[in-house]
Formats: sequence, structure tokens, C-alpha cells
Amino acid sequence: MPNTKTAVPFQGTKEQEEQLRRIIAEYKDTPGATMPILQAAQSIYGYLPEEVQIIIAEELDVPLSEIYGVASFYAQFTLNPKGKYRISVCLGTACYVKGAANILQAIKDKLGIEAGGITPDGLFSLDACRCVGACGLAPVMMINDEVYGRLTPKEVGPILDKYKE
Amino acid sequence: MDKMVNLKINNIPVSVPEGTNVLEAARSAGIRIPSLCYLKDINEMGACRMCIVEIKGGKNLVASCVYPVSEGMEVFTDTEKVRNSRRITLELILSNHRMECLTCPRNGNCELRQLAAELGIDEVRYSGSQDKQPELDTSALHLVRDNSKCILCRRCVSACRKLQAVGVIGPNDRGFATHIGSAFDRPLAEVDCISCGQCTVVCPTGALTEKDDTDQVLAALRDPTKHVVVGAAPSVRVTLGECFGNPVGTNVEGKMYAALRRLGFDKVFDVNNAADLTILEEGTEFLHRLESGGTLPLFTSCSPGWIRFLEQDFPEFIPNVSTCRSPQQMFGAMVKSYYAEKEGIDPKDIVVVCIMPCTAKKYECKREEQRLPNGCMPVDISITTRELGRMIEKAGIMFNSLKDEECDPLLGMATGAGVIFGATGGVMEAALRTVVAKVTGSEMGPLEFHEVRGTKEIKEAEYALPGKTVRVCVASGVSNIKKVLKGIKSGELNYDFVEFMCCPGGCVNGGGQPYQPADVRGHVDLKALRAKALYRQDEQSTYRKSHENPMIKELYETYLGEPGSHKAHELLHTTYAAQKRYRV
Repeated sequence: MPNTKTAVPFQGTKEQEEQLRRIIAEYKDTPGATMPILQAAQSIYGYLPEEVQIIIAEELDVPLSEIYGVASFYAQFTLNPKGKYRISVCLGTACYVKGAANILQAIKDKLGIEAGGITPDGLFSLDACRCVGACGLAPVMMINDEVYGRLTPKEVGPILDKYKE
Repeated sequence: MDKMVNLKINNIPVSVPEGTNVLEAARSAGIRIPSLCYLKDINEMGACRMCIVEIKGGKNLVASCVYPVSEGMEVFTDTEKVRNSRRITLELILSNHRMECLTCPRNGNCELRQLAAELGIDEVRYSGSQDKQPELDTSALHLVRDNSKCILCRRCVSACRKLQAVGVIGPNDRGFATHIGSAFDRPLAEVDCISCGQCTVVCPTGALTEKDDTDQVLAALRDPTKHVVVGAAPSVRVTLGECFGNPVGTNVEGKMYAALRRLGFDKVFDVNNAADLTILEEGTEFLHRLESGGTLPLFTSCSPGWIRFLEQDFPEFIPNVSTCRSPQQMFGAMVKSYYAEKEGIDPKDIVVVCIMPCTAKKYECKREEQRLPNGCMPVDISITTRELGRMIEKAGIMFNSLKDEECDPLLGMATGAGVIFGATGGVMEAALRTVVAKVTGSEMGPLEFHEVRGTKEIKEAEYALPGKTVRVCVASGVSNIKKVLKGIKSGELNYDFVEFMCCPGGCVNGGGQPYQPADVRGHVDLKALRAKALYRQDEQSTYRKSHENPMIKELYETYLGEPGSHKAHELLHTTYAAQKRYRV
């Protein structure tokens, strides 16, 4: 999982920050507060950007490196927001043997991002996922709720271009 | 009295206090259990699995560094099972370690390599990631991280978080991707690292090393157009010997001067002299603030790691810090003004090299506000005790057989007060000697202030001066500094004068001091032994108060005027500014 700083500018609102601070205040003095606070923060913002982790670190009076260490350890936490179009490439067994890795690579090349990342314009986010239950169509990718099956790497570019319009 | 627990280690009965871990209990039976992560009281987490032992009746091998003793326990530290397990674990660690031992800066004092030899590893059967490439962070001025040599022992993380309460590094990601880094994997230069270098002294491998500036020194020495002047910090004379196998606490001052001459420096001065100068300026500043109702408590300003911490974490206290430059910077300032003028040398042709116990000094000497009125930076290159050790070795100088020499007196001669700057409490004591003499107008006052000596983390004392009782505090290690600052902020603590040193125990335990393996570090009081050598030199000094230093007297009479004069302010004082902790 790439845990680099997200390319998308932070757009948190005052309301979101107030909500976060309320939750931190609630958990502050309980041992092991970091996990529930990070979970809450992710549900407020959809991801855990540096700006949000700094608020948590300051409020809990722990080093930012400690918060980041937890956030980057667990797969459930993401440092990138989800894009307008969320691409999920299935890497389940059936898709994998049908060449899903090549599909994933083609998308990475096309968008210039890694799995877990987001394009700087916030349009596309990319994730690798496990079986979506459409093994008959392997290899499969989903863009939001749309399913694309029996893909070849060549088809990826034109499909993505469609969303750019 | 602690409750004692009886157990057997390799059939030898031992009795240790309840709560002791098996590794320490084994030591009391004369058995050293190997470890790569254990750092007594600082890093006890069983990460490296080198210290595993067999416990009678136990199902699995246990990590002795985190396993407490219990009554009747029988421990075996050297069974076939234990040996095999250690060997396999070490082979696995090595399989993922970039082995370039011959060219590694830690060649000769690497704990990993030492252990591989001890365990008789003659082959690494696992290939791990082949052709491992360096994973370098060279962004900071003071150190280099190479994660391709990191064994994830977490010692650096613990030093940073627990000793220094800074916590700029930690384990990031998970599984094979786990690596030590800053939040969001920002380069070290972009986070709130205070440059103290405590992580480098505890690193068992070559993953963390000071940034080596010795090539710059050599280049200057070989340049015939440059006049190269050197001075070493007070603490360096009592630690440099360790680089050449001398016992901890050996004072090698005379050999150090001799070695510096043999390296080719044009003038061998001593930063001790600038320490005396610091006392005159800082003492005067303190008395001035005391008399005129200025901002108190006054904080000392010698330690650049502490200054960086202050600017980032407690900028509200900036008015409390002495405006005095640190001794390193005062030294450079005097060389490039007073000395240059006296000798008729263009200061631009002078290269000032300082030998420091400190990695933060590399950062300090590049701070722009240090620039002198004549446009020069006071200090050009700052190298650590370790780097000097390597330079001497590389030059083929037989350090231990050198005859003692003296330094050049002009900016070298120093008092015992200057020497003790290297230990926690030393600056305070040196200042008190001068302040008491100035206030009472008598040289008959106390000479030794034992209340501020010793390795206790936070020391407090009160001294009655005519008309005023002065309350002082001495704290070393940023975690302790933080406690004191919080206390002052809340109004709980009240002082007039506080000495803060970034590294625990002061400069004798600085981040640039010679490596000592964790085993020595945990069981020999490095801070106390090194400090003792400084106090011994103080006792034997002809002059023991900074203001009695004849060279300093002459400096004021012929050049600076008096302490705190306009000229002194231009050359010997500096400014501070709040710095951001985060770079978002």
C-alpha cells in the first residue's frame, strides 16, 4: 500500500474539524484512544490526510510519527481520498489467472498513480480489490457501480477516457 | 528493599529483585545474552529475538529482555535449541541487510557484525532481496539514514521518543514494507527533528550515521590559500580517547592537541576559551536582567538542539533565552574578528573547524542569523568527536603514543570553569562562580557548586546572594526540559536561571560522541565517568573562574571593551525566531 502524501489538496470544512475535535475530546483520556479516533476521523473526512493527523497528534499530545505509524499499519485506513470515479481492479483468483495484474498495470500507467492513490485532479482513485463475484467475466474492474468484464489492457485507456469527458 | 527472587541460570543460583528481566538476571550470573534491540530502560521490546532463552517447563523460547524472573525459574541461555534459533534469526536479519561492511562507516564498531562473528555465522543461506540498493535520506544537515542497513530494532525510535520526547521517527507501514521514517515519509529536514543525534549513538548498524564532513576539512587543509584554525569543545577531550580503545573517562587533551597539529591545522585553539567568554557575556546578561527587572528565568543558549526545540515547541519562551551565541559560534566569531585582525589575515581566507560532541552543531553553524558583521559565517565546518577519531586514524597518526602538547594560547587558554561546560550543570556552575564573585565583589566565595553536579535529570538549588536569593535549575535531555518548561508555564516552578542541555547528561553524552555498544551503554555510567574526568581537570586548573582567564581579560581590554558592550553584542550575541513544527 503506497502511503505517500496525497496529491489532492485538503478541503476539510470547519464543521468537519469541529466534529473531529468533539470526538477527540470524548476519547482523549481513555487508554488506546488512537484507534477509535482515527476510525472516526476517516468516517468524517473519508481519509486521513496530514492536516487531520496533525490535529489528532496535537490534541492527544503524541508525536505525529506515532499517529502516522498506526494509520499506515492498518489496511483499513487510507491516506488518500476516494476519487469522483473509484476504480477497483479485482485481483481475486479467477481474475488474477486471467491477467488482472496487467489490467492494473495498464491503469497505473495511464493515470500515473499507484493502487491506493488518487489523481491530482481528484477524478480517479485506484484500488486493488478481492473477488467481486463476477468470475465468469474475469478479468474484471469496477468504476463506481459499473462493471467492466473480459478486459484486455488495450481496452483500459478508452474506457477511462470516457469518464474524463 | 525490593523483594528478591531466586532462580537458576545455567544451573547457577542467582537472586535478583522482583521485576528484573531474565537478561539482566543472567548478567548477575556472569552471562551476557546477546541482543540487537535491547537498550536498558529505554528500548525493551523483544524485537530482534537474539536474546531468546529456554525456560524449563516452558513451551517456547522466550525473549529474555522482556521476560520477568519468577521464583524457582530455571533458565538455559546456551542450549543447542537456543543457538540454532539465534543463528537462523540472525541469518534472516542479514539476508535483508545491505552488506557493504568494508566500506560502511560503522566498519569496526557495528554491533550486527560483531554478533555475527560471535555466533559464528559463516554463511547466509537466505538470499532475501538480492542486490539491495541504498535507501538514503540525506536531506538533513546532521545525519544520514540508510534504511537498507536498518534492522528495525527501534532503538532510534525509543531514543527520539523517550529520551528526547521529540518523536519525529517511527515504524511506518507493515510486514516486509515496514521501515523507520518520519510521518508521511517526509525527509528528515522537513520534520521537527532537533538534530540531537541521539538516534545515531544507539543505532547498532550503519543505518544512522552523522553526516561526514571530514572531506571538507581535508580539502581546506590541503588548500595552501586557506588558514585553517581548529578548536575542540570541552567534552571532546574526555571522550576522543574511546575511539582509540582508552577506558571511558580518559582525558586525552594533550594527545588531542598533538593529533590536531599532525593533521595540519595552522592553529590549534580550544573552544574552552570561548566557554569562558560565554560565561562573561551570559553572566553579565543574567546580572543585568536580575538588576533591571528583565525577563527571567534566563535560559542558557549553548545547546543548539535545545534551541531548535524551543523555537518549535515553546516559542513563547524565546525572550527567556540568553542572546549569547554558543561557545562554538563565539569561538568562530573571535577567530574571524579578533584573531584575524591581530594576525593581519583576511577573515575570508580563514577556515574555522570545530570538533564537537554534537550533531546539532552542524546545523547551528549554518544558521543564517549567525553571520558576522563582516559577512563571514563564524564556523565553516563542524565535525563530531567520531569524525575526528576517523580522521586521525586515516592519517596514520598513532594517537595513543603521541606526547602531550599544549594548545595555542591566544584563543585556547581556558579555566576550569570552561572545561566543565561539557557536563550537565557545568555551565550553571561556571556562571555561578563568576556571578557570585561579581555580586559580592570578592573572590573568596564558593568555588564548587555540588548541588548542580551529577547526572540527575533535573537539579534545583538556591543560592543566597546579597539582597537576593537566586533559584537555579539544571535539566538535560529534552523529555526533562519539557517537564521544566511546562512547570514554569503553569507557574508551578519558579527559577531565576536555568541551564538546559539537549542531550541527557549534557555534552559528554552528546549525539556526536564515540559509539559504545548497547551492552556498555546500559551498564557503564558513561555520563558520570566522562563528566568526572572534566571535573578532575577543573580541580587541577590554575584558574577556575572564567573572569580570571588572562587571555579573556586581554581580549576585553584590547578588543571588546567590556562584557555586554556594543562590540560584544555584534560579535557574540544572536537572535532566535519561532519555527513551524509541521510543513503542511
